[in-house]
Amino acid sequence: MRLFALFLAAGTWLAASGALAGDLTVVSWGGPYTQSQVEAYHKPWTARTGHRVLSEDYSGGLSEIKSQVMAGNVTWDVVDIEAAEGLLGCDEGLLEEIDPAVLPPAPDGTPAEQDFPEGAISPCMIGHVVASMVFAYDRDRLSPGPTTIRDFFDLEKFPGRRGMRRSPKAVLEMALVADGVLPDQVYEVLATPEGVNRAFVRLDSIKEQVVWWEASSHATQLLADGEVVMSMAYNGRIFDASELEGRSLAIVWDAQVLEIGHWAIVKGAPNRDLALDYIAFASKPENMAVQASWISYAPVRHTASEMIGSHHSNPELDMRPHMPTWPDNLKTVVWQDVEFWADYLDELNERFNAWLAEG
Amino acid sequence: MTPSTSPEPVLAVDGTPLKTKLARALMVRRIRALGLTLPLLAFLFAAFIIPVLLFLWQGVHDDTYARYMLHSTPVLEAWDGVSEPTEAMYAALQKDLVQARKDKTIGKVATRVNRELPGGRSLFTSSARKAARLEAPYREAMIDLKPAWGRLETWQALRVAAARYTPAYLATSVDLKYRGDGSIRRQDEKRRIHLTLFWRTAEISALVTIFCLLLGYPVAYLLSNLPARRSNLLLILVLLPFWTSILVRTTAWVAILQGNGVLNDLFVAFGMVNEDGRFSMIYNRTGTLVAMTHILLPFMILPLYAVMRTIPKAYVQAAHSLGANGWVAFWRVYFPQTLAGVGAGVVLVFILATGYYITPALVGGQDGQMISNLIDFHMRRSLNWPLAAAMGFVLLVLVMFLYWLYDRVSGIDRMRLG
Repeated sequence: MRLFALFLAAGTWLAASGALAGDLTVVSWGGPYTQSQVEAYHKPWTARTGHRVLSEDYSGGLSEIKSQVMAGNVTWDVVDIEAAEGLLGCDEGLLEEIDPAVLPPAPDGTPAEQDFPEGAISPCMIGHVVASMVFAYDRDRLSPGPTTIRDFFDLEKFPGRRGMRRSPKAVLEMALVADGVLPDQVYEVLATPEGVNRAFVRLDSIKEQVVWWEASSHATQLLADGEVVMSMAYNGRIFDASELEGRSLAIVWDAQVLEIGHWAIVKGAPNRDLALDYIAFASKPENMAVQASWISYAPVRHTASEMIGSHHSNPELDMRPHMPTWPDNLKTVVWQDVEFWADYLDELNERFNAWLAEG
Repeated sequence: MTPSTSPEPVLAVDGTPLKTKLARALMVRRIRALGLTLPLLAFLFAAFIIPVLLFLWQGVHDDTYARYMLHSTPVLEAWDGVSEPTEAMYAALQKDLVQARKDKTIGKVATRVNRELPGGRSLFTSSARKAARLEAPYREAMIDLKPAWGRLETWQALRVAAARYTPAYLATSVDLKYRGDGSIRRQDEKRRIHLTLFWRTAEISALVTIFCLLLGYPVAYLLSNLPARRSNLLLILVLLPFWTSILVRTTAWVAILQGNGVLNDLFVAFGMVNEDGRFSMIYNRTGTLVAMTHILLPFMILPLYAVMRTIPKAYVQAAHSLGANGWVAFWRVYFPQTLAGVGAGVVLVFILATGYYITPALVGGQDGQMISNLIDFHMRRSLNWPLAAAMGFVLLVLVMFLYWLYDRVSGIDRMRLG
């Protein structure tokens, strides 16, 4: 294995970017999402500390991080990581541990740990944003539109194709809620073989009408092209399409699956201290609220939620009702159970792919 | 070649036999030629062959458990895998859990175990948190903590995880389950996916190769028989998409083939289908086949063109003058001469097709997925590199076998790229 690491080292050395000492490399998901972070965090942090931020894009996953760590040639500092992958990366020793003491208290003096929801702070990760997998539809095609997750699975009431993410994540949760499982019991049910069967039976009922997508930008494309009448999608994508680009898309918040985006620091990051400072800066409620004026993903901190105002380009566009954590949107909600997916992703992914292949 | 057996040897000016001198000169030239290719060989060896071998090695060698769980590994190895786990095994495991939590290696071990036992990850991490507080007898204490510790399957999974050299990943990659008692069974029916995907990969690759050949052959023929000026123009048309990003070409096909796409709009406009009867030509196998055929077409056309250009027109003319009709002249005289190019194109396209994953991921939908999509999942998402390596190995063997078959049927040495 040492030898393999050596070859990886040679590979990453060849691919090393031109970061100068003192430049912080922050890796995120790209597009409008990265843009919101540049405006809310990168620019003010650079202005305050004088250190440049190099923004890189990736498409999730841990393979780049693993290669860099194995090769002992780490070029990334801060990574915006999906919770389940962050957990795995922490287990595998690919991420630095982060002392929550660096997190600033809220302006009213509330200590940080009480200001974050449960589970948003873990040994290697600091949660910063809440994104939601919802389903959306085109108001021009469906009127009256669907209102519950049952409607999504009801081909008689709403004929037409559906877009779904080609992954068991969020798909199985939604199927179970549509089947009558209470949102807070979804993972208990899904941990049993009967529960898994139940989810797949529910999915069977619409399988023929499903268009599977992989990249999240694809979901809005499917809706815009009229390829599907409704589709699972990240709420931020639908917000951009409907509020900023003027498409007639609407979100159904019933049975939304919430997941928290996290900051993590790659093990052996060249600028570890700067990375900590950056994360602490980005975790200030007032800065989180700035991000919420650029994109409709909600800040994780309770006090930051209260500071959300209007969209940066349009003072009349109140961002609060578009946030997944807005009380009206939170009536039936599944908080993604990261531990569950760390345990069962491989097994359920095999099952899911086998089910897809059944034809 | 002793002088006594041969007739009078021819001598060079300096008195040595000419044959020896010639051999020596050839040898020097050979070494020089080798010297010139040496940098490339060394580069291939270091940048390709060794890394591939090392990566494949991971598919059979995984010492994550054995490295960090020093007490329980020998006990598990000594255990027969079927009898009731003993108190000594529980005690050893408890010791390891405490140590692994202290060393912060428990996560690595838990991830390893989870691959053999779904849910094993949280079983390990949560037990390790409380392991230090447990007291003997450990068997009762651990079963009390988590009933899963009382199950035989849990221990069998540990035994598989503890082995440094394991067939478990290879078995998984062909839908078999290697169990702790040493037996190999078929994977649970609902989880069998790998063989399906290998088969589908071969099937899609074969179909794409056939389509490429059927479409590419006439184009290459046209190219090689037109006057140079016009054929160069056409060649640019073949190469232009070749220089365009795969992503762009794939999404272009989405725009053309989708339900409200260009092609369906045309069908509706000409009254071939009605508004509700629009064809589904993308996000399924059709979409994968169309997009992949288009993307791989240049790899078929170019070797065919290179070979066809060298075939003198006189042969076909001679066939005609000897009374062959068009078909006979083509099939008996022209086609056999292009076989070298056909072979090169077929092998090139087929092998490239087996490794494709971006296109199937984008337009494959439900039944257009290939094995490389699953390899990609394990490389990036689940970080199960050993399983990815095992699947890669199976794929490599599959391709090697087909390559061997091709060699037997038509001979690699007949393959020409121009």
